Amino acid sequence: MIDVRHLCKSYGDLVAVRDVSFLARDGEITGLLGPNGAGKTTTLRMLYTLLTPDAGEVLVDGINAHEDPLGARRQLGVLPDARGLYRRLTARENIEYYAELHGIEAGAARARIDHLIERLGMQNIAERRCEGFSQGERVKTAIARALIHAPNNIVLDEPTNGLDVLATRALRDFLRDLRAEGRCVLLSTHVMQEVAALCDRVIVIAHGEVVANGTPDELRAQTGEAALEDAFMRLIGGQGVAA
Amino acid sequence: MSALTTVFRKELRESLRDRRAVLNTLIIGPLLGPLLFLVMIRVIISEQIQTSERPLPVAVQGGQYAPNLIAALTSAGADISTAPADPARAVRNEEVDLALVIPKQYAEDWQAGQPATVFVYYDSSRKEAGSRIGRLKGMLEAYSRQTGSMRLMVRGVAPMVASPLLMADRDQATPSSKGAMLFAMLPYMLILTSFIGGMFLAIDATAGERERQSLEPLFATPVRRESILAGKVLATATFAGTSVVMSLIAFLIVGRFMPTQDLGMAIDLGSRFLLLVLPVMVPLVLFVSALQTFVAAFAKTFREAQTQLGLLQIVPVVPVLIVTVMPFKTALWMYAIPLVGQQLVITRALRGDAVGFLPEFLVAGTTLLVAAVAYWAARRAYTSERLAISG
Repeated sequence: MIDVRHLCKSYGDLVAVRDVSFLARDGEITGLLGPNGAGKTTTLRMLYTLLTPDAGEVLVDGINAHEDPLGARRQLGVLPDARGLYRRLTARENIEYYAELHGIEAGAARARIDHLIERLGMQNIAERRCEGFSQGERVKTAIARALIHAPNNIVLDEPTNGLDVLATRALRDFLRDLRAEGRCVLLSTHVMQEVAALCDRVIVIAHGEVVANGTPDELRAQTGEAALEDAFMRLIGGQGVAA
Repeated sequence: MSALTTVFRKELRESLRDRRAVLNTLIIGPLLGPLLFLVMIRVIISEQIQTSERPLPVAVQGGQYAPNLIAALTSAGADISTAPADPARAVRNEEVDLALVIPKQYAEDWQAGQPATVFVYYDSSRKEAGSRIGRLKGMLEAYSRQTGSMRLMVRGVAPMVASPLLMADRDQATPSSKGAMLFAMLPYMLILTSFIGGMFLAIDATAGERERQSLEPLFATPVRRESILAGKVLATATFAGTSVVMSLIAFLIVGRFMPTQDLGMAIDLGSRFLLLVLPVMVPLVLFVSALQTFVAAFAKTFREAQTQLGLLQIVPVVPVLIVTVMPFKTALWMYAIPLVGQQLVITRALRGDAVGFLPEFLVAGTTLLVAAVAYWAARRAYTSERLAISG
């Protein structure tokens, strides 16, 4: 469970995140929805302690991320916006590196990697060097290494970015499996279909602030729009919406 | 296994898989200097030997007027040939290097005991003219002196009278210090190797990781950034250190094939040299690795870091200039300046001069100190927020 309370972050004069609070529950997929530049990535970066918030706090399974960043990160599996791999290492070696960084004992790591390779359908790329991987192959590898320690909380920044239809579907199925295991899945997206297809709960962010928080149905009801996209446009005050 | 060793091993493993980087930093870089050196020294030595022992070609016109002079020149090592009709033009057109013209008047003046004139034609703008004309003039002067002494003796005057001054050469260059002059570049090459050896890894592990966007996920693991930095700096230092050791080994091997004794030089490239040089090079390697990691941390791309670290490579040239060009007398405090200290210690060790415990300690100590400062700066850069953000 990820509890975000009144997060604020500015870069100089630019206020990236004004006052963001939400709760991502276990056994649910929570979507952070917002247009580009709304503050989604900044919010997530504070969550996995890459950035220090100016104000507010983050609790990951009850651990204060600011006071105990290592402890919080131990409970988190993160697929950041930056998902670079080491090109001269094979996919398996990339994942092994993270297993070692997490302090997982070699035998257990091997079993866990085999399990992830199978679940993500990476058998054909596992022993290949990452140089020249397709976008989909890269994302799979990045997810496998993010989940090597079987974290309870999974944070993904625009996970389906750049994936084709097939890869997107496979990824969604995988995320649903994680939910079924009772894990807390939090993802950011600017794609409406993603939210409609996947999320149990949506937090809409615009200009660094939470403008709506609820299930997709609640959002539709709240805005009086039948289509989620229209509801979204209304919430963020997009130009396509009549006043 | 600690995170530090995990990062360290992964950085080494990844870098070792880059064949070009390995070739450049561990093989070509350290070996190029010593090999270049061997070739350079061999050329210089063979040239010197040749010019002093080879017969000196001299084109002579009017040799019939001075048979004794010609005989003396021949026995001194001149290779006499008949000059073309216009010796001046022949020299200008590079048909001959040296032309000696003996006028008809020579014989008359000689017989009369008057100074007899000979003309020497040469082109001082030509590369080898200096040593050749010097040799010919030496031969002519020797003949002149010898004849003069004989004439004085004939007149019952001691030849000493005509030599009020006697100049005796006492060159204070020891055989080793002569060698060290030729080897002035060796300390620079060793120091430069410590810069080149770890450069690729320093860039790849920081700016490269940032550019490839793999730094952010790495920072999301439950590992302290300090451990990640330490692993990276250690891996960089390992590469740089290996490079320096390879270079040292190459110099030791090259030293064996160096015909230095032919030039009357002695150069100490043995275990004593290693023992003196390694304790000052190890701290330098640590310092350079930390400094390079620090500088690379501010670059957003591999290329940017490459440019900046390329500029950093100019730094070791400064002490070379200070030590070799400026006429400073070596003082103890100079050992306390990193890079300058290394330059001094290596130069002295090479000459076979003693290096005291205190200078050695000063160099190692101050270098370790600046290494700590550079590491502290790199640590600050690594724990800052902006480093992690790739975009």
